[in-house]
Amino acid sequence: MAEMKATRDGFGEGLVELGRKNRKIVVLSGDLEDSTRAEYFKKEFPERFFNLGISEQDILGTSVGLSLDGLIPFACSFAVFLTNRAYDVLRISICYNKRNVKLIGSHAGLTVGEDGATAQCLEDFAMTRVLPNLTIFSPVDFIEAKKATYKMAEICGPVYMRLARAPFPIITKESDPFEPGKANLVREGKDATIIATGLMVSESLKAAELLNKEGIDARVLNFHTIKPIDREAIVESAQETGAIVTAEEHQINGGLGSAVAEVLTRNHPVPQEMVAVLDTFGESGDVEGLLKKYHLKDVDIAEAVREVLKRKRGER
Amino acid sequence: MTTKKINLNEFKERARQFRKEILETITEAGSGHPGGSLSGVEIMISLYYYKMRHKPENPGWPLRDRFIMSKGHASPLLYVVLANCGYFPKEELKTFRKLGSRLQGHVHAGVPGVELSTGSLGQGFSVGNGIALGARIRGVNFRVYTLLGDGEIQEGQVWEAAMTAGHHKLDNVCAILDRNGVQENGPVEEIKREEPLADKWRSFGWHVLDVNGHDFEQLIDALDQAETVKGKPAFIIARTIKGKGVSFMEGQAKWHGKAPDKEQLRAALSELGF
Repeated sequence: MAEMKATRDGFGEGLVELGRKNRKIVVLSGDLEDSTRAEYFKKEFPERFFNLGISEQDILGTSVGLSLDGLIPFACSFAVFLTNRAYDVLRISICYNKRNVKLIGSHAGLTVGEDGATAQCLEDFAMTRVLPNLTIFSPVDFIEAKKATYKMAEICGPVYMRLARAPFPIITKESDPFEPGKANLVREGKDATIIATGLMVSESLKAAELLNKEGIDARVLNFHTIKPIDREAIVESAQETGAIVTAEEHQINGGLGSAVAEVLTRNHPVPQEMVAVLDTFGESGDVEGLLKKYHLKDVDIAEAVREVLKRKRGER
Repeated sequence: MTTKKINLNEFKERARQFRKEILETITEAGSGHPGGSLSGVEIMISLYYYKMRHKPENPGWPLRDRFIMSKGHASPLLYVVLANCGYFPKEELKTFRKLGSRLQGHVHAGVPGVELSTGSLGQGFSVGNGIALGARIRGVNFRVYTLLGDGEIQEGQVWEAAMTAGHHKLDNVCAILDRNGVQENGPVEEIKREEPLADKWRSFGWHVLDVNGHDFEQLIDALDQAETVKGKPAFIIARTIKGKGVSFMEGQAKWHGKAPDKEQLRAALSELGF
């Protein structure tokens, strides 16, 4: 059983480390620093931390101002508020102006749990993916979230990172690479490829184990970067395995599945199935119950692989 | 309070000239926003020719005072001022709104002297506060001026930003409201009541000054006074006339975002004494 730790904790620890190394890091919070873990930074660097209150548009705008003279602002709130409520500020003040602002959206996905639909951000990839100049990270675990945090500060330009509230299994090692836009192979396989992000990577690994017992050899890729999407890895997997399943804790429309389909269609079309939230809002509940109800479990991914293989064989 | 800080006749002549160039620029483009550009002429001249420390030959000078045009559709106004200051050749004004031009329809950061691309209302104000907060963190001494439209302040983000500057006592911030009283579809007070504006801003923690926005002496005194205020950001309500200087445009909502044709331009310039 893998150790469980939340990606937001990886961010929180990474941010403090960054703050120690780089005096230019400043942090703005929408009164959620306890939840996003930006409070670790606040405790050590109170002079570089500002809780601007519950006003996400103003937080993003103020971040832009801070960035104009070379500071590196991290704007932290829930994913829904940063990417949905403050969308036009993200679009114009940040992306159109190509500002060096870092956006931390925690509590993404169904795994927010009991707070239910209003807090469960299921559309952030779709909303942010269409914005020019923006890089989008979706780390798989605590360790990767920390690496992604460091990487955000190195990139010159706007970056959005999706984080989750619930603990996820730790499946990467400190020594694993984290290169923006470059997917990581987490399991080799030749029959089909599962392209997953966030929590769905570990569910995909479990799915691959289930399928292995049936003689199906599934490859699993960790797409920690949603934009720029790793075209090479998608095309290569399509060519080598001939079938793709995407898995994400996001709406089925506009997310990772769509991004992968866009690449496949133009380069190497093969059958694709999508495991995602099926065009519906979430609801309150425990994490495990929600994942089961909305078909985001290992068994659902395994079933999607069986389906895509039928199409690969021309049976459907 | 009267001042002899400027050569008034020179400033008035500059305003007349800038109005001409604004109208010519919009007419050449065939589209643009004359009303809210003409209303802000004296405000902008007071900033760029009196108050602000800036170096047109070195737009990135770190100690320059910053200006944010939050009402980003008043691009002809800002572009004419910057061109006359020498930030870019005046000849380029003819390319305004044309394909491939730096002079985008709304204020664009690709133009020398422009700090931020704006045009979606209510956003520039927060950015100005951010610059001011950054200056405080870095211990750098300059001032940030933001020009807001009175239609623009109906955006919720403006009030978020107003609270931020008040709460954090950003006394290096001076926001100016171009209170021309008219927005795209009619009088501001009829569409969404904003008065009492001075009370509203005072209650948000701002030092408020209320002046005639076409009177250079009042504007300059207000800008000077704003700079002396400690522990509070300053808000100047500059009461202006939309389309100022052209009788058939003055106070008319229909001239918010419409270009004059050649004939109308001739009539307007003649009224301005050209």
